[in-house]
Amino acid sequence: MKIKTFSYDQLDTFVHRLSGLSKLICFLLLTTAIMVTYDIRIIAGIMVLSFTIMKISKIPLSRIRLMLVYVFIFLAFNFVLTYLFAPEYGVEIYGTRHEIFSFGGRYTVTLEQLFYQVTKFSKYLSVIPLGIIFILTTNPSEFASSLNRIGISYKICTSLALTLRYFPDVADDYNQIALAQQARGIEMSAKASVMQRLKRMASILIPLIMTTMERIETIANAMDLRGFGKHKKRTWYAAKPLNRSDYLSILVCVVILGVSLFVRFRINHGIYWNPFI
Amino acid sequence: MKTNFSTRTIVATGLGAAVFLVLFMYVKVPSPVPETNLQIAYGISSFFAAVFGPLAGFLVAFVGHALSDFISYGSPWWSWVVASGISALITGFCSKKVAPAVEEGVFGKSELISFILWVVIGNAAAWIVAAPVLDIVMYKEPVQLVFAQGGVAFVLDAIVSCVIGGILLKAYASTKTGRGTLSKDN
Repeated sequence: MKIKTFSYDQLDTFVHRLSGLSKLICFLLLTTAIMVTYDIRIIAGIMVLSFTIMKISKIPLSRIRLMLVYVFIFLAFNFVLTYLFAPEYGVEIYGTRHEIFSFGGRYTVTLEQLFYQVTKFSKYLSVIPLGIIFILTTNPSEFASSLNRIGISYKICTSLALTLRYFPDVADDYNQIALAQQARGIEMSAKASVMQRLKRMASILIPLIMTTMERIETIANAMDLRGFGKHKKRTWYAAKPLNRSDYLSILVCVVILGVSLFVRFRINHGIYWNPFI
Repeated sequence: MKTNFSTRTIVATGLGAAVFLVLFMYVKVPSPVPETNLQIAYGISSFFAAVFGPLAGFLVAFVGHALSDFISYGSPWWSWVVASGISALITGFCSKKVAPAVEEGVFGKSELISFILWVVIGNAAAWIVAAPVLDIVMYKEPVQLVFAQGGVAFVLDAIVSCVIGGILLKAYASTKTGRGTLSKDN
């Protein structure tokens, strides 16, 4: 089992210099802009933009190759399932029918279905780089502080910071316990029945939960001793002040969201863009 | 000790989400249904929900699932992330009855029944109602597809939550010393 953690790199690019707050806001604005549209022109635009930002932030392809493979498998699976469950969905949406060929039965391939599924595929693909950029260029502590600044309670942000901080430790614990239990002869492979596998899983999880509960007591006591939670507000050491490029990036993203909404309500009069009429 | 959102609950939420994240990303037990895995992590979120309450449970599952999606796919599939949160949130409603008992070292039949009841309600609400409806509203996925996926997820996740969550609660309760357990030697 290979443990892959948040591999944040301290680089000096435009994207890294932006504050975590503005990156979070831009991420949310752009993903919303994608979410409210099924217009492939806007989706293509945002896709070009997000791959350009990825280029600017100097994220090497090797770092994200595994991620891309996962995403492709997931999207391909979704593509096939969508067709199997709803082969006429495109026809239903666009109201016309251009048949290309037929597999027999209800499974015919129509231009509308193909267009719908390609749009959907690129819609999901286009937001992937944004998430990757956000995770790889933002310092984890700054991430928590930026959530705090968009109005989420600092207690929840602290708990998120703890999650990010303890994720590698918990992964290590899990690994050690699993190896120890396997050395004692616990079968984890597909040979055992499902109920047995669940029970054996529990023999790893019980020690893991017990160490975690002990750790929780220790950390909570340490925080209480330092007076955590006494005041209504907290400041963050990692918070960066906003400067001109921050405001500019937020503005650009607001405009993109505006365009996406404008096209949806004023031009397409609906979520789909219909090139068939 | 547990006034609405105490330091202990905050820390538990943070570490619970870390455990959830680790299991969600790396630990997949193959299930009888082909091409689907049992997500052991839902046992963890239901355990934390039962011991620390609905809000902690919600955050453990929501944050854990969202971060896992972030790391492995780049961008979360929000409808299912929210549904994960909802399943743990509703499971957390049993904490009123279960949590005080567990801290006293008791996890008997009536606590188990209350736990299972809320797990089933929570998972039904999350996977049969919330996830498919959100998929349709947010992502415009085809109707039959999302309900088929939701049904499978409901059955598998409810089983995992009950079995793993139940075992963990029993084990955790047995480490606690109950009231009046000391007896005088004759």
